[in-house]
Amino acid sequence: MSVGTKPILRAQLQNGLKIRLLENHTAPAASCWIWYRVGSRNEQPGLTGISHWVEHMQFKGTPTFPAGVLDRAMSLHGGTWNAMTWLDFTTYLATMPADHIDLVLRLEADRMVNSLYDPEEVESERTVIISERQGRENQPTFRIEEQMQRAAFNVHSYRHEVIGDLADLQSMSRDDLYAHYQRGYNPSNAVLAMAGDIDAQAMLRRIEELYEPIPSGEHWDQSPSSEPQQTEERRVEVQGPGKTCFLKVAYHAPAGPDPDFLPLVVLDSMLSGASSLSLLGSALSNKTTRLYRALVEPGLAAGVGGGLWATIDPYLYWFHITLAPEQKVEKVLAAFDTEITKILEKTVTRIEIEKAIKQARALFSYDYETITRQAFWLGFSEMFSEHTWVEEYLDRIQTMRPEDLLETACKYLIPENRIVGVYVPTGVGIHA
Amino acid sequence: MHDRNTRANDAGQGSLPGPDDVLRQELPNQAIVLARESFAASSVNLLVNLSTGSLDDPLEKSGLADLTASALTRGTHRRTFQEIYEILEAQGAMLSVGVGAHSTILTAKGLAEDTESMLELISDVLFEPTFPEGEVELLRGQKLTALAIRDEETRAVAQQAFNDLAYEDHPYRVPSDGFRETVVPLVSGDLRNFHERTYGPQNMIIVVVGAIQRQNAADLVAKHLGGWENTHQKPRADLPPTKPLKARVRRDAFLAGKVQSDIIIGVPGPRRKDQDYLPAALGNSALGRFGMMGRIGEVVREQAGLAYYAYSSVVGGLGPGPWQVMAGVNPANLERAIDLILQELRHVFSDGITAQELADNQANFIGRLPLRLESNMGVASALMHIERYGLGLDYYRRFAQEISAVRLEDVHRALKAYLNPDRVAIGVAGPTGKGD
Repeated sequence: MSVGTKPILRAQLQNGLKIRLLENHTAPAASCWIWYRVGSRNEQPGLTGISHWVEHMQFKGTPTFPAGVLDRAMSLHGGTWNAMTWLDFTTYLATMPADHIDLVLRLEADRMVNSLYDPEEVESERTVIISERQGRENQPTFRIEEQMQRAAFNVHSYRHEVIGDLADLQSMSRDDLYAHYQRGYNPSNAVLAMAGDIDAQAMLRRIEELYEPIPSGEHWDQSPSSEPQQTEERRVEVQGPGKTCFLKVAYHAPAGPDPDFLPLVVLDSMLSGASSLSLLGSALSNKTTRLYRALVEPGLAAGVGGGLWATIDPYLYWFHITLAPEQKVEKVLAAFDTEITKILEKTVTRIEIEKAIKQARALFSYDYETITRQAFWLGFSEMFSEHTWVEEYLDRIQTMRPEDLLETACKYLIPENRIVGVYVPTGVGIHA
Repeated sequence: MHDRNTRANDAGQGSLPGPDDVLRQELPNQAIVLARESFAASSVNLLVNLSTGSLDDPLEKSGLADLTASALTRGTHRRTFQEIYEILEAQGAMLSVGVGAHSTILTAKGLAEDTESMLELISDVLFEPTFPEGEVELLRGQKLTALAIRDEETRAVAQQAFNDLAYEDHPYRVPSDGFRETVVPLVSGDLRNFHERTYGPQNMIIVVVGAIQRQNAADLVAKHLGGWENTHQKPRADLPPTKPLKARVRRDAFLAGKVQSDIIIGVPGPRRKDQDYLPAALGNSALGRFGMMGRIGEVVREQAGLAYYAYSSVVGGLGPGPWQVMAGVNPANLERAIDLILQELRHVFSDGITAQELADNQANFIGRLPLRLESNMGVASALMHIERYGLGLDYYRRFAQEISAVRLEDVHRALKAYLNPDRVAIGVAGPTGKGD
């Protein structure tokens, strides 16, 4: 597929930093994303949540850009900037008027090596991070998903939430954080992606000037332990406040580069609805999907959704079902299983595949509407594969045959490959 | 680097919208169409603003406007629910309807090749919904589940506690999606009546932005929405004034089993058309937006480490929407966080903001404008904004001047007029806390 009228400029500096640049002159703005291959995947027991905490500390300043100075400089030019930590990566993004994007380049080069990690700031941020976790714990869906991840992975580090376990957040030290930062944040472990109103060649020269002097550092290639094949269905139940029951089903799924990944994405369009493969994109409505018709239309569920993400190692394909009041979990699960069985027993039609293709084309078009999203894809795809994965995506699903989908479904959508989770509400309500 | 003016403007897409590239046209039924073309992407974005909203709900039927809007796509005289969504989803198009106090906004997005099909479908669901009984019953059940989830969320419950105090005896007290007891009795006949008396072209605004020539877009809108009439649609009565708060008032809602408390502190704020609005928006930015969420973020999050989120917002809509500070904190830190927020409110109420803060926030407002208009939906929302509030097609070209013209004393006046920390409403929800 095309992501613009100009090709992507790909380069790699001597120190290992990968560069991906895309010119797009539709608006006088540029979006810069720097990606580190550091996420919860790279964390050990006792230090869960450390990647996310490091992300927070990266906003606490360097000698050149003290925290307050940094915020002010970015905001003065109307820029938007943020960061996110995920299973496989941590990324820092900024979208700015194009004539100020140099500020972002200088900042990112500086905080790749010079962040302070002041002990007082670490302690102040500890309560912020714990507060973030507690905000999530207020959500029933977080509580059940956290337990399902634990049940799904016995040895692989995908077993814990990106935010980390409370005990680790309470005990982690400043030195732990600094060591994680020093190990993960270096050019050989990073990708710099930029899209927008730039001259790609001139931008490359400027990046070389700023980033080439940074020592290469250690390439973090230590892989987590492989998760053994699951051999029987696992079940998890969590009780908590509320009046609504949530049923979730998670199947072990292939990694992003695996040839089985895209067939599952197409199947998901039919089962729970098409959604953007980016972490930021939107989803289409799913009223004509098989699961909506089987669960929501008869009044068994108030809503259903699902999806999977492209990851380095095999992760999970999630289904989320909000039960209608008074409905029993086993009845809803049985209706869900009936639809899964149909997928396993009968090939889907060519018409369904054509619909999924058009939906994917539309979602990609929406995803590429802004330079921020274009820059996102330039870097995100490099975290688990490379940008050709995105460019070839539509061509690959166009060649997909019904029998390919059937084969993939039979491999993954089977009971022994899944975790079933139920949030059982204890019925406590508001007392003013 | 390079000369951005040359590059972006050569492409013909980078300039701010204005009278020379936005088409504004009045339809025979007095609806207004705004269209702007952008071929940077292959999609088309549509916004339809209708003057029906939850203010039209009888009090005992709160949530009726919301349920009616959600049920528009549940069947028409020509199509079933499944037929409607088969068209949309097969095209990869999106269609959603949101309800606020004053308005109902229909949002659609699709590939340019499907623009006419989307408009035809929109006209069908707007003009001829049938509200089939079975579908309405099902939808009502889904709404009740959503309300049950909402009523267990600390932030939503804190917001309601705040609204109960700040908007006592005012329609803004009632949430657009209503309450369980007001939604349970709603039946399809209620929806039909509501549609008949409040849906129509009066004050309707349609915005089209994307990969379609603007005159072509306006012609298609005229073809599909220009013939809509409804003689039953009547103008809504004026909104009553809010009662000024005479003291600091507080309400705590206890939600057992939660681990974090949410806090809302504020007052009914200025309307968008009020003279105080832009000064208030700049003052609010200094208070709880700029950088890592302004003074509130600095004190509550950065210095005290009490909260993951702490910021402020001023809504500034057609009526006196809230001007409020929001934070989520550990229950053990609740009182300290409230004290810190009140302390910052006292500082800006007494002393205003500094000249440097005003200059910084003016630069921020002006600098971020192009980024707000980066996407087609961003442009569509911006065009809806200028039409809704009568700001003029050249508003975004004048924007920098308008922002720069706000003086320090204007900001101080707005802060003095609204943010007296001794006259605010405080809503709290969480596992602990104290009552009134």
